[in-house]
Amino acid sequence: MADPMRIRAALAGDETTVRVLMSHPMETGTRKDAAGATIPAHFIKDVEATHNGKSVLKAMFSGSVSQNPFLSFKFKGAAKGDKVTVKWTDNKGASRTDEATIA
Amino acid sequence: MNKTPMYRSLLAAAALVVGAGAVHAQGNAALDGIAKYREMLQDGNPADLFEMKGEELWKQKRGPKNASLEQCDLGKGPGVVQGAFVELPRFFKDTGKVMDLETRLIHCMVTLQGFAEADLYKAAPSIGRGEGANLVALTTYVTATSKGLRFNLPQTTAQEKTMYEVGKRLFFQRGGPHDFACSSCHGVDGGRIRLQELPNLTKNPGDGVGVAAWPAYRVSNAQMWTMQKRLNDCYRQQRFPEPKFGSDATIALAVYMGVNAKGAESIVPAIKR
Repeated sequence: MADPMRIRAALAGDETTVRVLMSHPMETGTRKDAAGATIPAHFIKDVEATHNGKSVLKAMFSGSVSQNPFLSFKFKGAAKGDKVTVKWTDNKGASRTDEATIA
Repeated sequence: MNKTPMYRSLLAAAALVVGAGAVHAQGNAALDGIAKYREMLQDGNPADLFEMKGEELWKQKRGPKNASLEQCDLGKGPGVVQGAFVELPRFFKDTGKVMDLETRLIHCMVTLQGFAEADLYKAAPSIGRGEGANLVALTTYVTATSKGLRFNLPQTTAQEKTMYEVGKRLFFQRGGPHDFACSSCHGVDGGRIRLQELPNLTKNPGDGVGVAAWPAYRVSNAQMWTMQKRLNDCYRQQRFPEPKFGSDATIALAVYMGVNAKGAESIVPAIKR
């Protein structure tokens, strides 16, 4: 499995703010290495965040998102102690799922 | 009026003074802008990813001896990680040398895990791959556990005191094709290169600056830089030959700067533009 994400979720009032730092090279597929060969595209394509089984965020990334993407979003309807799960899938078919507890 | 050399140089000097004044006024606004930008970057500092990887490596059984680094003595006893960074570099009895964090980590990887020392020193400068990348991650993890603590390098042994004096001499030694020394940029208050403020490292530069700011993630080249890398690049920028990884020169400079920074709060792992 790929390197773990760092997820932090905090409740303030009725809003939960989730901050996710994903570890990924996010190669666009247009860069060339020192020898002149094109570095193949390798980037996250889909991101989904769920809470209590319900999807709270869906995103489609592309090569235009930088290395080690950082994503911050808010949603309502969660309580302290609940779990938020984030899953990403990249163009090579690899994926990574991590979860965090809302503080 | 004839544009004699004297007139020209006077004109140039006048322009410089006026120009510098104007830049200073603009500079403050620019510096504020950069400070805001840095604040925004703090959220989701990729350094966290290196810290996580480093913690994993610290606990993982690796090398020919298939052992973890959890018994590594970083100066405060085997396995004591928190607080070690702000007291390094320091003298180690078992090696008879003053060592910084990175050379001490290599020492532990050799003695506890059985890695070949020469291989590790060879791999260390390549911070993006292999054992070089692992060393960066380990360094980030160890330094992160001392976040918020204040620098307090020991100067109790003769070796530590000597290294401080050597570091001081090196700091002010001018050389290279530009006749630079560390002090050329870091020997004055309020220095700046373009839009980058330069801390005065001949004294305590303040919390989160200088030794209290590295390792840091550099957004501009998407790399995690440790103090060894930072010192190496300082020499490269001065167009000096680059120092060997973990050389006595780099450790002496780290002792000089670290002792000068006594009391400064570490914000490591930091983020730089």
